[in-house]
Amino acid sequence: MAAAETYPADLKYHPEHDWARLEGDEAVLGITWFAADALGELVHFEPPEVGSTVTKDASYGEVESVKAVSDLIAALSGEVLEVNQEVRDSPEAVNEDPYGRGWLIRIRLSDPGQVEGLLDVDAYRQLLAEQ
Amino acid sequence: MPDTLQHTPLHDRHVELGARMVPFAGWEMPVQYTGVIPEHRAVRTDAGVFDVSHMGEFEVEGPHAHELLQATLSNDLDRLEPGQAQYTLLTNEDGGIVDDLIAYRTGRHSYLLVVNAANREQDFAWLKEREIPGSDVRDVSDDCALLAVQGPRAIERLGLPAAPPFTFAEAAVDGVEVMVNRTGYTGEDGCELLCMSEDAGRLWDAVLERGAVPCGLGARDTLRLEVCYPLHGNDIDTATDAISAGLGWACALDKEFTGVEVLRRVKADGPERRLVAFVMEEKAIPRQGMAIEGGGEVTSGSHSPMLELGIGMGYVPVAQASPDSELTIDVRGRARRARVVKKPIYKREG
Repeated sequence: MAAAETYPADLKYHPEHDWARLEGDEAVLGITWFAADALGELVHFEPPEVGSTVTKDASYGEVESVKAVSDLIAALSGEVLEVNQEVRDSPEAVNEDPYGRGWLIRIRLSDPGQVEGLLDVDAYRQLLAEQ
Repeated sequence: MPDTLQHTPLHDRHVELGARMVPFAGWEMPVQYTGVIPEHRAVRTDAGVFDVSHMGEFEVEGPHAHELLQATLSNDLDRLEPGQAQYTLLTNEDGGIVDDLIAYRTGRHSYLLVVNAANREQDFAWLKEREIPGSDVRDVSDDCALLAVQGPRAIERLGLPAAPPFTFAEAAVDGVEVMVNRTGYTGEDGCELLCMSEDAGRLWDAVLERGAVPCGLGARDTLRLEVCYPLHGNDIDTATDAISAGLGWACALDKEFTGVEVLRRVKADGPERRLVAFVMEEKAIPRQGMAIEGGGEVTSGSHSPMLELGIGMGYVPVAQASPDSELTIDVRGRARRARVVKKPIYKREG
């Protein structure tokens, strides 16, 4: 079952509907409920390689539903430490729990200052309301 | 393309059900209600209903209607008794496929043709140009609505009698007069119900009341791909011929029809490429237009909800076309392995 619409207050948001959870000098990245709902049930996650570098605002992978392909946009820059194997095996975890079991990658931040450029939950909700 | 999208008589019902509406062939159509995957599974396990009222319907009548259609359609209408239907192709002089359609023999001198929405105007013009005295082609699409009710329990849920595939009969479903066509585009048992436009709402409500799950064009596409039914505009078009597409069975090469000489030659020489079905051997979803190493191209690709992997169809050189041939598909710059399989890709158990 797809999750109900939520946007946790403890996350930072990117206007391309990606979120980041900051954990010290690391961050966990994923896509928001809005993005998962717009795509529909996910059936494929094309992750970056562990050890590769992702760049803020650039694509680091893809997710696909039956009908559509979507680039994953990095909310922050850094080195990929871990890829969520559960989503690789069962991509629908993103629809079921986009901020929990449906996380996508963990990175070590290369430029923690970039966090300042992200949206807080109120600003992200405002952006959704304007769409 | 018209600026404004056309609506079927069921448009408001789709919106009320929360369908995601998308443009398709000049129409605003439901692509999904709850989701492609649950809708797909409903059709494979029970019953689903699709509004396919965007499709075109032509009546062809007159003492020479049979002659007109024998000369323009690839399959042999002499094999049809009134009450029977067949899959057939409208071909051009080069042996290309103008459209694929189903011809229903409604009488000795009358036929109903159900054509693709995107090709309706072109097909109509094509047939009108070739009309002969004693044959009359009329586009009755706007008077008709068409609901496809598909799935192993579709007929039972509708309370209809058993009947062989590719037959049709008049009947009533909860008081709505319909033509029950034992045809479909899913590989499942079921029917397509043709009714008057003004009755479409009542019929749709009755079919939902009887437990069929509303299904959108998204599931229609994954269902047809699993059973390898070609989609005109993707897998077949005016630049592809029936023999290469594996549709030789729908071409009566022993009769005369538009482009038959070309098809006879392709058949005699053997095609240079064939439309094959394949499954991905690695995690990846093939999509229309992706290159297949060796000169081929994907014409349809998706995720298979039943097999839970990427599947597709595409043209490849004959050397790569036999079952178990290994293919390499360029998935946005990544080489991904696939394997040619016999059609259909998905087959019901038992």
